[in-house]
Amino acid sequence: MDKKDYKNVFVFAEQREGVIQSVALELLGKARDLADALGEKVVAMLLGEGIKDQAQMLIEFGADEVIVVDAPELKDFLSEQYSQAVGQIIIDRKPSIVLYGATTIGRDLAPRIASRLKTGLTADCTKLDIEPDKDGEPEFRMTRPAFGGNLMATIICPNNRPQMSTVRPGVMQKIQRQPGREGIVTEFAPKFDASKFKVKLVKTIKADKQVADIAEAKILVSGGRGVHDKEGFDKLQALADVLGGQVASSRAMVDNGVMPHEVQVGQTGKTVRPNLYMACGISGAIQHLAGMEESDYIIAINKDKFAPIFSVADLGIVGDLHKIVPMLTERIKKELEG
Amino acid sequence: MNIIVCVKQVPDTTVVKIDPVKGTLIREGVPSIMNPDDKGGLELALRLKDQFGAHVTVISMGPPQADVMLREALAMGADRAILLSDRKFAGADTLATSYALSGLCRVLDYDLIIAGRQAIDGDTAQVGPELAEHLDLPQITYVADAKLLENGNLQVDKENEDGVQVLEVEGKCLLTVLASAFDARYMSVSGIMEAYDKEVEVWSADKIDVEEGKLGLAGSPTKVFKSFPKAMKAPGEVHEVTPEEAVELIVNQLKVKHII
Ligand SMILES: Cc1cc2nc3c(=O)[nH]c(=O)nc-3n(C[C@H](O)[C@H](O)[C@H](O)COP(=O)(O)OP(=O)(O)OC[C@H]3O[C@@H](n4cnc5c(N)ncnc54)[C@H](O)[C@@H]3O)c2cc1C
Ligand SMILES: Cc1cc2nc3c(=O)[nH]c(=O)nc-3n(C[C@H](O)[C@H](O)[C@H](O)COP(=O)(O)OP(=O)(O)OC[C@H]3O[C@@H](n4cnc5c(N)ncnc54)[C@H](O)[C@@H]3O)c2cc1C
Repeated sequence: MDKKDYKNVFVFAEQREGVIQSVALELLGKARDLADALGEKVVAMLLGEGIKDQAQMLIEFGADEVIVVDAPELKDFLSEQYSQAVGQIIIDRKPSIVLYGATTIGRDLAPRIASRLKTGLTADCTKLDIEPDKDGEPEFRMTRPAFGGNLMATIICPNNRPQMSTVRPGVMQKIQRQPGREGIVTEFAPKFDASKFKVKLVKTIKADKQVADIAEAKILVSGGRGVHDKEGFDKLQALADVLGGQVASSRAMVDNGVMPHEVQVGQTGKTVRPNLYMACGISGAIQHLAGMEESDYIIAINKDKFAPIFSVADLGIVGDLHKIVPMLTERIKKELEG
Repeated sequence: MNIIVCVKQVPDTTVVKIDPVKGTLIREGVPSIMNPDDKGGLELALRLKDQFGAHVTVISMGPPQADVMLREALAMGADRAILLSDRKFAGADTLATSYALSGLCRVLDYDLIIAGRQAIDGDTAQVGPELAEHLDLPQITYVADAKLLENGNLQVDKENEDGVQVLEVEGKCLLTVLASAFDARYMSVSGIMEAYDKEVEVWSADKIDVEEGKLGLAGSPTKVFKSFPKAMKAPGEVHEVTPEEAVELIVNQLKVKHII
């Protein structure tokens, strides 16, 4: 293998039911930086059925080219079908870098491809850079948390191509959409080997999507065990309402059934980076911090002055949230009424 | 039915601490445990064994100390335990780890392979799918439930961000299991007694079907360039004040930040 034959930064543009996922646009934003640093192009791979008209949107978010695979086999995500198509594109086009979202789809597909192509894969990255190596050649460095978030590791893939990583949703920044931006749309027809399609989709059961996605919220009022119960969360909801934000939760209050899993922040929940994160009665366990410490501004209210949440808070208040939160709500209401 | 379950011994990362001076992981005094997702996977295998009869083999690649964890698996009800232990495996990334495990699976009889979704130390969730590909097996990841149908196929619930996919798989396959899906049983007293009569087989690299050059560090495309403790941002101000003063402080900051 000659590394010089491998060029361009590829992004797996994840879609679900024909809707391009936010993480795909975040990856395009990052791919744009990497490709510019390398003097290469950004290429999106868009797979599905009847999805071709979405290609322009990927171009407007930074892709120079979109490879579209439109096939009935790809209607729903199934590992083998998608692995065959993506694997064949990579063999044909020889990218230097391939990025996938670290979602249940990306983390199923990417290792399958890595093993098929015998190349390296870095998991769940939160930082990607191009830096000069010891010979001054540009080197792709992928940084990720390990050991339950206690340790960060920077991984390289020096001798194999493509260099691949899955990237945590909510961490990279999309670029501003550029309407009318021009790019190429290429169609690719994989040769499917249907004899390997051993897994059939029987049905899909959707979770109630009543709750709006906390990863999209600009303001989050988040509660932990110190909130105690549903009535406690009503106080947080009232504050979120006056601020135009949403309520989120630590895992403790999800595990005990008070809040639904969709609003859990942290390592096994969602990664959020709102403009304001208010942590009320949350101790600040490392698994919780992993999901929120990138927030722009963090306010913590906790009655224990040694709570670790204060180590990441911009403003820390030692006190009883059950007193402070309702008073704060009333006060902000007054402020807004002028 | 022959089932292979992949189990890894891991430090309990919920009690791992960072040395504040040296900035390194303190592993002393941190207990080693069976990786939680793998315990869930073993529980699934044992339930299939209880219902339909099965022979369950647990396999692990690791240092000799992993023997303790494999005895726990035997005490829970596994029938056979094999520990792959050899200097040649050292420094393996997920591709080389899964390759070594595939070499072991190839010399065993199996109908189903179960792995955990993710190990809590390396945290990659890559070994399962990579192993499936080395063996040319279909895979289902994020398994929340699995049952055997009358036609011999498996029906599997796969959990994802927006719900559950119900999948049916024909023939041999590999599943990666979530700990939360299967509450693992405890070791039974008779199980513990029996486990000490059973042998944990320790195998070296030459007993399995692999090319040596693809093992360990040499067979690993990824390298750890550096590792470091997570940088904590400088803490902000912490105020011990009355509720009235607290409200004042917060409102002022929200104004400064143009939030209100
Ligand atoms: C593998 C793994 C994954 C995990 N993933 C996540 C995850 O994704 N997200 C997550 O959040 N956790 C996760 N956890 C759990 C995590 O370790 C903690 O157990 C959890 O975050 C604790 O939640 P808490 O802060 O709400 O509760 P606690 O730790 O019990 O803290 C409650 C806090 O409330 C304060 N308090 C009590 N009363 C009041 C009051 N009246 N006013 C003000 N403060 C008050 C207390 O001082 C305390 O600090 C995970 C754990 C593991 C092992
Ligand atoms: C800080 C750090 C970061 C790393 N980052 C990467 C990376 O990004 N990419 C990469 O390729 N490697 C990486 N590695 C190497 C990787 O941790 C090892 O290859 C490890 O042996 C397997 O990965 P894992 O722990 O993530 O397992 P996972 O892939 O999370 O494990 C999934 C399942 O596979 C099975 N399994 C895994 N290991 C074994 C085993 N030894 N024996 C039996 N069953 C097993 C278990 O059922 C487990 O639940 C990293 C290592 C370190 C120290």
